[in-house]
Amino acid sequence: MNRKRISLRQELPLLVWLVIVWGALWQNFSPGNLLFGALTAVVVARLFYLPPVELGGRFNLLRAVPFALVFVAKVVTASFQVLYLALARGPKVISAVVAVPLRSHSDLLVTATGHVTALIPGSLVVEVDRSTSTLYIHGINVRNADDAARLRKDVRDTEAGLIRIMGTQAELSALNQEAGS
Amino acid sequence: MNPETFSADTVIDAVSAVFMVVGALMSLAAAVGLLRFPDLMTRMHAATKPQVLGLFLLLFALGLQMRTWWVWPVLGVAWIFQLLTVPVSAHMVGRAGYRTKHLHPELLSTDELEAVVQQAAGKRGFGDDGDAATDRR
Repeated sequence: MNRKRISLRQELPLLVWLVIVWGALWQNFSPGNLLFGALTAVVVARLFYLPPVELGGRFNLLRAVPFALVFVAKVVTASFQVLYLALARGPKVISAVVAVPLRSHSDLLVTATGHVTALIPGSLVVEVDRSTSTLYIHGINVRNADDAARLRKDVRDTEAGLIRIMGTQAELSALNQEAGS
Repeated sequence: MNPETFSADTVIDAVSAVFMVVGALMSLAAAVGLLRFPDLMTRMHAATKPQVLGLFLLLFALGLQMRTWWVWPVLGVAWIFQLLTVPVSAHMVGRAGYRTKHLHPELLSTDELEAVVQQAAGKRGFGDDGDAATDRR
């Protein structure tokens, strides 16, 4: 088995997350408990080895906070939209499967975009083509080509937001170039 | 309303009451959607998404009522795990549903995946294997 050693820096986000879960489950954030949690996290991460997630190497908190707020707002409005559709349209609702080609080819960003898209009600990831990094999205209440174009733009905007938060430098400059042209 | 009754407790109780009712309403929305929507994929929208908001509101109300700080991280972790797992399960069910044709083509305004799956199936030479288009590693 080919086990590529990963650096502590690459593993750190996972370890921090495991310690937070440990503290939350014990409901105890005292230093001793956190230290023991950190030890457990290291042992668990060593024993149950997973392929390392390739991070972009940067994380922009100033972009992340508004993105999270917009995300929650979208979840709220779109949940009520689904409620309205269920009550008003019901069996006659028209939907579509739309192909959305993404800019990024990194697994992390494609997964993150898929997750955010799937969590916003009204869109559901049906299929992912990893070789061309295309998401196939089932959109509810997509009645014509205009709606489909809007859905495609929404997903690509979501991806742009995620690139601004944690994309690699190369992806970011490509995005800026695209926005500038 | 005089100042005595309008205390912090009243506000907390009112907020958590509103959140609980709206959270329950979201569960109701999911149930109504499951009954009313026509096919598997539209039902997946109803079954998975309003729940995320509904659970958030219910957990938030719970956190307000517990009045201890130590409960917030657990609630946060519970919600984050919901955020991480819901899209995966929705994707798997949706994908399986699409592959096994559990959908009404007349209710789709466009279907840009069909041609890709057809092409991939044709390349392989048999019909029911759509994996050629995806998961190439």
